[in-house]
Amino acid sequence: MGPLIPNGVIPYEWNNIIAILIGIFFGFILEASGFSSSRKLAGVFYGYDFAVLKVFFTAALVALIGILYMDYLGYLNMEQLYIHPTYLWGAIIGGVIMGVGFVAAGFCPGTSLCAVAIGKIDAIVYVIGIMIGIFIFSELYTVFEPIYNGYFEGNITLMDSLGVNRYWFAFIFTIIAIVAFAASDMIRKRVKKIFY
Amino acid sequence: MNIDNQKNKHVYWNPYFGGFLLGILILFTFYMTGRGLGASGAMKSGVVTIVDALASNHAEHNAYYSKFVKEEKSPLNSWLVFEALGVLIGAFISGGLAGRIGWRVQHSPKITSKRRLIFALGGGILFGIGAQIARGCTSGAALSGMAVLSTGGFITMLAIFGTGFLVAYFFRKNWI
Repeated sequence: MGPLIPNGVIPYEWNNIIAILIGIFFGFILEASGFSSSRKLAGVFYGYDFAVLKVFFTAALVALIGILYMDYLGYLNMEQLYIHPTYLWGAIIGGVIMGVGFVAAGFCPGTSLCAVAIGKIDAIVYVIGIMIGIFIFSELYTVFEPIYNGYFEGNITLMDSLGVNRYWFAFIFTIIAIVAFAASDMIRKRVKKIFY
Repeated sequence: MNIDNQKNKHVYWNPYFGGFLLGILILFTFYMTGRGLGASGAMKSGVVTIVDALASNHAEHNAYYSKFVKEEKSPLNSWLVFEALGVLIGAFISGGLAGRIGWRVQHSPKITSKRRLIFALGGGILFGIGAQIARGCTSGAALSGMAVLSTGGFITMLAIFGTGFLVAYFFRKNWI
């Protein structure tokens, strides 16, 4: 019955080894999908490449539906899964700042590691930038602390916030995804081609 | 097989295929560990380790670093750091097989390398600050958060991409 390590089915010592293995597949999949290219990543914001939308949405949905299905079959106890906590203004403000950073640099931390691995110097500079940013945050922690620790709603899910059954969410997101994929292909046809 | 390496270079997987595999991987990660994966946390551990090594007194007394500094083990001994190492290896293998390895600065032909590096640095700094505030990045908060329908994860995802679309106009010269 999953999750396996928290339930002791797999010994805890395997945790870090599994981490490396998962990381290897993560890096491979991202790089093979082209996410080591900042110009490909930024494409979603300008309409010339929607790979980010397609990969992201598909991955989130497959994982979501997979979790629901495994829970339904009794292989995975969904209640034991870690839910990313909701600190309302932290989520919004952090997301806004990250959004600007994303468009400015064309990377996010995971994809930047992929780009570093294939030798991109701009990715190395980006990672240094992230570390400087973390340093700045930590040194100025007292300034950020109110939004970092404040407005904590708990580890809530959309079911808690919107009162809708989780299976409905899976269904609705699937519909939204299909519409988004169709729309992105239509937009792609009308946008000037960029080669990178 | 005599494939022109130049032509092969930017042939990437179909995004739905890549997304499908990534979804399975995230599912597997939750099934194994009960948590999703991430990336910015590994970089945070790096910073904490460096600060602790250079100025451990300061790290101890700072309210943020001290959360991650423990007596018995280094901050680098964490799941995310090992995962990040794996990412480097996996991306290297994929890039190597595809002939994409090489030192370079990737930028639009309309701008200089220097400009690209400046924006990469600035974007990185912003992303580093934002990822701390939101307690995660696109992988940890947005992707893994969405897989469990976390409200915070969704809010962060919408904030990142929504803001990206809103400010894209101001950075257009870098990309198109």
